[in-house]
Parts: sequence; structure tokens; C-alpha cells
Amino acid sequence: MTALAALVRRDIQVALRVGGGALIGVLFFLTVVVLMPFAVGPDLALLKKLGPAILWLGALLASLLTLDRLFAADHDDGSLDLLTMSRTPLELICLAKAVAHWLVAGLPLIVATPILGLLLNLDTDATVAVALTLLAGTPALTFTGMIGAALAVALRRGGLLLAVLVLPLSIPVLIFGVAAANAAVIEPAGFGAPFSILCALSLAGLVIGPLAAAASLRHGLD
Amino acid sequence: MRLTATGLRCVRGGREIFDGLDFMAEAGEALAVVGANGAGKTSLLRLIAGLIAPAGGTLALDGGGADLSVAERAHYLGHRDALKSALSVTENLAFWRAALGGATANLDTALKAVGLDHIADLPAAYLSAGQRRRLSIARLLAVRRPLWLLDEPTSSLDAGGQAMMADLMRDHLGGGGIIVAATHLPLGIAARQLRIGERVS
Repeated sequence: MTALAALVRRDIQVALRVGGGALIGVLFFLTVVVLMPFAVGPDLALLKKLGPAILWLGALLASLLTLDRLFAADHDDGSLDLLTMSRTPLELICLAKAVAHWLVAGLPLIVATPILGLLLNLDTDATVAVALTLLAGTPALTFTGMIGAALAVALRRGGLLLAVLVLPLSIPVLIFGVAAANAAVIEPAGFGAPFSILCALSLAGLVIGPLAAAASLRHGLD
Repeated sequence: MRLTATGLRCVRGGREIFDGLDFMAEAGEALAVVGANGAGKTSLLRLIAGLIAPAGGTLALDGGGADLSVAERAHYLGHRDALKSALSVTENLAFWRAALGGATANLDTALKAVGLDHIADLPAAYLSAGQRRRLSIARLLAVRRPLWLLDEPTSSLDAGGQAMMADLMRDHLGGGGIIVAATHLPLGIAARQLRIGERVS
């Protein structure tokens, strides 16, 4: 248990210090969402309609951007070798790394959502709804992304491979995330079903993600 | 405690590195793995550390915590030092002490033993190659594990550092530990040679 706490703390410290890149994701998210009103034009009704989708797309791409280095950094400096030799199962180590990554890269996106909602002409209820769907859905993005990150390390291909592997897996999360957020904006009655599925996707990711990532890391060791 | 390997075979990238490798090391004994570049010294250490799956043969570490795998009872000191530049010397060492698991020793004592106690708060980014090596060596002291797998342990260490490493290895062997070291340089301790990569044709 102390080993996992130490790992979470280290990953957060490394991400928050100089050169750690914790802010990259949230800055990218801000940029995408801020640019959108300029691209769409000053049509408030249209912005409001597109708002949840834009926020979700931004969050998806931002989380992909930062997941790339989840295992690659530890692989490059030899930490991954030692972590696999620790007395903690590799599955739990993967889980701890995902938790740390979500705390520094996923949570800030959710915190930034209310401010960005203003730019997209979303009222308070809609913004809260989008933030809530992101809270329920971003863990699923982290866990699916983690599988891709582990495969990218195992296959020694970074960057684009991760996007190609992970984006298709993220489609269900995107569909139900935007569906739940839209339902909250248009008719609150339809919020429950997609939101439940979103939660289910995150919970399934919580189980499958660490197992799959650990399996692929073990396979890729050499 | 005894490390036994029988008929070890290692294949990497479709090429056989070595086959039918047998060796044994008793508690308190050091093995110096020697061989030409590419003979498979690092591969052998990584194989013992569980970082490469053997293509054949068996490897066992008898006695003392038999419910743990060989890797979980071994320290691996490789070319890559597993240090995070953003963290200080103490933070790096404290992390590995907590993450590796097992009996631990005092951090300050470990840092003092490798001569880094005066820069305990310096970020690892500012360490020289030799100092990074010393910090990696401190990891071997901060967590007690009976089997040390050392890949060129004295590389980038100064004369004082090499003598220090020899003392640390001697202490480890004296405490009933086992060392398997791959090296081109003299280790500074009595070690049995294990020559690999010489084919009989």
C-alpha cells in the first residue's frame, strides 16, 4: 500500500514540477475550446447546441495528448524495469499510475469546464451537467488510453500509434458522454440512461485497463 | 541461500545469445560475468532479474523467502539509473525505498554510505554521471535484497567511488548476499569468473 501511495505521489510531483507537463493537457483543452467560438461564429444558439460536444472532444484530445508519456518516460529512464521487480503486482502499479495521471491531467479539465462553458453560451445547469459527465467519463478515457500507452511502449512506437489504437476505443465514451450532457441541456429526463452507461464504462475500464496494460508491459519487456 | 541456473537459453530478436548456460553461486559468493561486447552479459543479468523471459532452462534462488520470485529478491543496477530529474536526491531514494518493498534501511545512512549526504536536497537533474551512479548504488542499501545484479557497477565512478563500491560489495557478501556482476573492469573483490559467449565449434 505504501508502495502505491509512493508511486502516486512521485508521479504527481514529477508532473507538477518544471518540465513535468501537467499543464499541457489543460492548456490544449483551453485552446481548442476558446478557438471554437471564433470558428463557428457568433451564433449563440448554435454554440449552445455544440457546446457539450466541443467540451467532450477537447477533453478527449487533451487526455490523449498527455497519455502518450504515461509509461514511455518510465521505460526510457529504467524505472519500469525496477517497478516490475517490486513486490507490488504490476496490475496495481498500472492502476496507481492511472490514478496519478487522472489527478494531474483529468481533474484539471473538469475544473476548467465551468469557465469554458461561459464561452460556449452554456447556462449553469448545462455546465454542471457537462462537468459531471466529464467526471464520470474521463476515468474511462484514462484507462483505455493506458492500454494504448502500454502497447506503445511494448511495441516501441510512440505518438501516432497511441492515437490510432485508443481513439476507436474511446468512441463509446464520447457517444454516451455527449448524449448525457446533451440530455441535460435539452430534456433532463433522458440524462440517467447514458450517464449510467458512462459510469459503467469507467468501472469496466478500471478493471480491464490495469490488467491489459500490465499484460502488455510484461509481454514487451526485454 | 544459493542461486542455481541450469541450461539457460536466451534468444533476443530471433538470435540466440547463449544456450546451455549452467552456473551456481552460494551465499557470500560473487560471480563476475565476463565476455566480449554482445556476448550477452547484460542479457544474462536481465534474465535473472526477470526482465527477459528465458527461452529455456531454469533459474532458482533457494532459501530465504521462497514464496517470492527471484526478481523480487534481487536488485538490478543497470545502465539506466531510474532517477527522475525533477525530484531531489532524497526524494528519488525515498521513492524507491517505498516502491520496491522489503526490509528497508535508513535513508540518511544509505546516502552517507555513498557520499551524497551533503547534496541530499539537490534535484537529480544537477547530478554528474558519477553522482547518479552513487545514488543508484544507494538504492541497493536502502532496501535489503539478497541478490545483487550489477551491470558495470563501477562505470563512471572515480577511484574513491570504486573503492567504496568494493567495500559495499564486500559487506553485502559478508552478510550472506550473492552478487552477479557483469564487468570489463576489476571489481575490487574476490569473484569467481563466469565466461560467456565463447562457442565451442
